[in-house]
Amino acid sequence: MKISRHAFLRLSGMAFLAGAARKAIGAIGGTRWGMAVDVAKCQKQENCVKCIAACNQAHNVPSIPDRAHEVRWVWRDSFEHAFPEQVDQYSPLRAAPAMLLCNHCENPPCVRVCPTQATWKRQDGIVDMDWHRCIGCRYCMAACPYGSRSFNWMDPRPYIHNPNPEFPTRTKGVVEKCTFCSERLGTGRAPACVEACSEKALVFGNLADPHSPIRELLATRNHMRRKPELGTGPDVFYLT
Amino acid sequence: MRDRGAIYCGLALFLALMTFPAWHNLSAHVTAKGPDVKLPAREKQCVAPLEFMRTSHMKLLIDWRETVVRAGRRDYTAPGGKHYNMNLTLTCLEQCHGAKADFCDRCHTYAAVSSPCWNCHLDAKPLPGQVGQALASVNPRSAQ
Repeated sequence: MKISRHAFLRLSGMAFLAGAARKAIGAIGGTRWGMAVDVAKCQKQENCVKCIAACNQAHNVPSIPDRAHEVRWVWRDSFEHAFPEQVDQYSPLRAAPAMLLCNHCENPPCVRVCPTQATWKRQDGIVDMDWHRCIGCRYCMAACPYGSRSFNWMDPRPYIHNPNPEFPTRTKGVVEKCTFCSERLGTGRAPACVEACSEKALVFGNLADPHSPIRELLATRNHMRRKPELGTGPDVFYLT
Repeated sequence: MRDRGAIYCGLALFLALMTFPAWHNLSAHVTAKGPDVKLPAREKQCVAPLEFMRTSHMKLLIDWRETVVRAGRRDYTAPGGKHYNMNLTLTCLEQCHGAKADFCDRCHTYAAVSSPCWNCHLDAKPLPGQVGQALASVNPRSAQ
């Protein structure tokens, strides 16, 4: 087929416009999953680990006592570690360790450094993982400023006491982290941690929908994110 | 013919060495029979025709893997129109083939082909000692 220079330029222009329009439509009407942690509610029950237990059970997260080999998807850490830039000594967040998980950043540094695209940003905002592709280089762990990623230094199977057949385990030499329960969202269920929280402290929803409960909360309540100055754009918000 | 003894000994040794594989296989009860695969008791029809599955099950599984993990779709429509949930443990094993030792392993061991699928994907039957234990315990350090 012969194509004239004029026709080629016209076709290229149209293809570019179509691509841009598709992206714009996706941004307007799409989905962007996010989570809000109501810290006051989260701290109501002292030493509550319901969300962590539910996550570990749902995703076969091993319970390894040796800290050097620890694997975690959802965990708790002190205010100083979670929000190092916050110097407010009277912050209510200081009262108890914060519930932490992958922030599913808008601009995820882990995705940028992954050489095999084993971790990638989905259209709905989830930073997902493909453990088949992970080669265990741990660049993503070095890139993540939140410590959200864990490496399997050894076979995790002996440390999974009651395996859930609906979800695979991981193997030695693979990095893992929270996936916002992408497998549950696909079947219309909320993330396991959100379902498990008896205080309803975790609100999960579509940040792209201005009328969603999470957006209404963010519009009315003061909130903060972890290390916003790094420009990663975390999608996990802490309501204060 | 003073070397008769040595010649016969040499011939016997030669025959023994030449036929060693046959003797060895006979003593190890190796037969020419292929792997004894345990077929599903309930289901008669696989997700794809038998001939295709024999030669290309790994391609189908890789297609499933890409569709589930990368595209987030779990529904698979078989050529006959039946729908399946694309899941190695819950669909392939629990719905049809039972434990992997009765099906996958028999061929894979026979052909000496390792399948790293099971490093992560769980077998349908949990290992003894893993049944009936309490909910996954929480690492105390995860909840400081």
